[in-house]
Amino acid sequence: MARYITIDNTSPAVPLAEIPDEHYGAVYDDLADRLAQERYHMAHYFAREEGDRLRFYAILLDDSSRKIMITSFAMGYHDEGPLPSLTALRPAMHPFERDITERYGVRFDAMPWDKPLRLPFDRRDRRASVGNYPFYTIEGDSLHEVNVGPIHAGIIEPGAFRFICNGETVLHLEIALGYQHRGLERQFTAADNRLRQAVLAETAAGDTAAANATAFAEAVEKLAGHTPPEGLVRERAAALELERMAMHIADTGALSMDVGYQLGQVACEALRTMTINTTQAWCGNRFAKGLIRPFGTNKPLTAEKTDMIRRNVAEIVRRYDEVRHDIKSSPTLLARYEQCGVVPRSEMLRIGGVGMAARASGVERDIRTSHPSGIFSRQIAHESIVKRHGDVMARLMMRCREVLQSAGYIDRILASHRPDTSAPRPDYVRPLAPDALAVGLVEAWRGELCHVAVTNAAGRIADYRIKDPSIHNWLALALAVRGEGISDFPICNKSFNLSYCGHDL
Amino acid sequence: MILPKIKVLRSHGRQYIPDLTEVTLTDEFRGRPELTATDDMSDVEAAAAMCPTAAITTAPFTLDLGRCLFCGECALRAPRNIRFTNDYRIGSASREALVVRAGDTAVDFRHDCVRTEIPRLFGHALKLRQVSAGGDASNEMELNATGNVNFDFGRYGVEFTASPRHADGVVITGPVTCNMAAALEMCYDAVPDPKIVIACGADACSGGLFAASRAVDRSFFERHRVDLWLPGAPAHPMVFIEGVMNLTGRWRRREAEK
Ligand code: SF4
Repeated sequence: MARYITIDNTSPAVPLAEIPDEHYGAVYDDLADRLAQERYHMAHYFAREEGDRLRFYAILLDDSSRKIMITSFAMGYHDEGPLPSLTALRPAMHPFERDITERYGVRFDAMPWDKPLRLPFDRRDRRASVGNYPFYTIEGDSLHEVNVGPIHAGIIEPGAFRFICNGETVLHLEIALGYQHRGLERQFTAADNRLRQAVLAETAAGDTAAANATAFAEAVEKLAGHTPPEGLVRERAAALELERMAMHIADTGALSMDVGYQLGQVACEALRTMTINTTQAWCGNRFAKGLIRPFGTNKPLTAEKTDMIRRNVAEIVRRYDEVRHDIKSSPTLLARYEQCGVVPRSEMLRIGGVGMAARASGVERDIRTSHPSGIFSRQIAHESIVKRHGDVMARLMMRCREVLQSAGYIDRILASHRPDTSAPRPDYVRPLAPDALAVGLVEAWRGELCHVAVTNAAGRIADYRIKDPSIHNWLALALAVRGEGISDFPICNKSFNLSYCGHDL
Repeated sequence: MILPKIKVLRSHGRQYIPDLTEVTLTDEFRGRPELTATDDMSDVEAAAAMCPTAAITTAPFTLDLGRCLFCGECALRAPRNIRFTNDYRIGSASREALVVRAGDTAVDFRHDCVRTEIPRLFGHALKLRQVSAGGDASNEMELNATGNVNFDFGRYGVEFTASPRHADGVVITGPVTCNMAAALEMCYDAVPDPKIVIACGADACSGGLFAASRAVDRSFFERHRVDLWLPGAPAHPMVFIEGVMNLTGRWRRREAEK
């Protein structure tokens, strides 16, 4: 058994000195055991340089007790050989171990998928590049390969997809990313400018700006030992759920477009416009950039804005529900969506899928239920929506249901909201606890976001790590298309709509 | 079944914006800033120090829209000196024109900087290939939105193509990551001449938050001329539409008052 320090998602930052210093062997045995149980999954697992040692941090979530368990171990560069790979036993660990290998050159013994993750500029192996990614190959006269990307047909972010097909059928898809790597995590420490850091968090994935900004704000507030006041927490939750609505509606439209269901497409385009224009009328930006800031807000809700949001949200869900009804009563649509791109529950668990995609496969991973913070630890007891089939239809219906649920939450949150003229303003200079680690955990529309901030002795952010849910779920997409016709790839892809820049950071 | 479709259609109504020249954005929208110099510039100095992309200079007092993320914090820190209007007419054919000075009441489009063949060749139809090179998906979604049921920029023959071979130019978003630099160059090469380049968003215009990141390679902009610079984080669809209409000579923004 390894020792952990145990906190929950509302606890203040943890002093680094209180995080147990274990041996790898103990951590390895313990994690191998725990990660085999459904109640546990890894929120983040990363290494950072600490003097001449490399210290690994494991941030483990226990879904059944709401606990966050943190432990660490250190290794020198020369005095230890390769570490036995956890990925070999628990495939869900693959992005974490790949990241550590890529950044620090640590080798994991028997690592089954020892490949670049995002090819960061500070990677150890300078010979590895986006141009020579070691794609998996299968020999055979009847097989052919299809290469897509990094630039795709539409206006979307870049990534390289390599299909191995037997006729029209996909045998294997491998997704190589890294094209979007901007060195974002390293920018957090380039200047001790809290505003700049907040803006960086927003751009970690621009379609998830509210959730990322919330995770940043929560991490920083925990480092200051500060609990945000009720009104602020409500407004953040409203912004988060508006973002969820906007993106789920956008994806409903995208899934409509790809099966030639033009009515659904244009209806959802218009409804998404309404949703993001609501956000814009609140804060001046359609993606909620500038809305969420640590310790306070520049955009407190007024009575008029509260009414405007409630009115718009009610109209949006009324119309969106008509689209949902139309989808469910159109056999031609159901024929495309149902039983397409299935990821069975067992696979989803094995690869560590999170968020709405996991819930569509019957795996209830939802930070709002398992590790609530903000409004979900105070006013709203969230009940996750879970579906069983794990197909495109399940992921689509998941979106439909979640839009309705989020709209309900927004209405509830704002119904009891008393506009507060004395709402606190953001604070960009408040001192942070020195030598401490704080975790911001938020259920974004794709799934769990985990931000980790580590401060140095002067209370400056010395390391900042972001885990986007996409880092787990890209593999789910690869599994979803196995055995499908390659022509079904677009709807499978859109049913996940994963983040490239969130993955590449 | 037809009934649910009729319901959707009836609720949908008409969504397109009938006249794109008449669009006014909400007052909350942060567009072109207006700068006022005061005797005491200490607020501006404080704002410049906190600006995440160092977009503000104090002597002379300027704000570079090519760097600005429109976070609005400087206007809160220096309310007497900086005020954001909802004016989305902020694109320009000249990078220098994005630098707003105290007293400016418009961003100069600089029609004189537009290559003469652009309005002649692309004044009726313009097909563009978009390349995201480190964009955060918000600019990309806004570019998609230009063609949606609301903005319907296709009405002017401006559309995005799947292949660079079918395009008249490239629209770049993102600071251009090292890992995308080669692909961007290949895409640019694949667009037949004559072609245009549009830099869309603060990241593309200046590198934005990543200007000093070692993961970024901006040499593309040293090799190739940019015909249209569009500020924003992200650039609002109207910034794109208004910019492209001016570039192709179909609209003419009022000249900046000197
Ligand atoms: S609005 Fe622009 S100039 Fe002002 S602080 Fe933000 S990024 Fe800097």
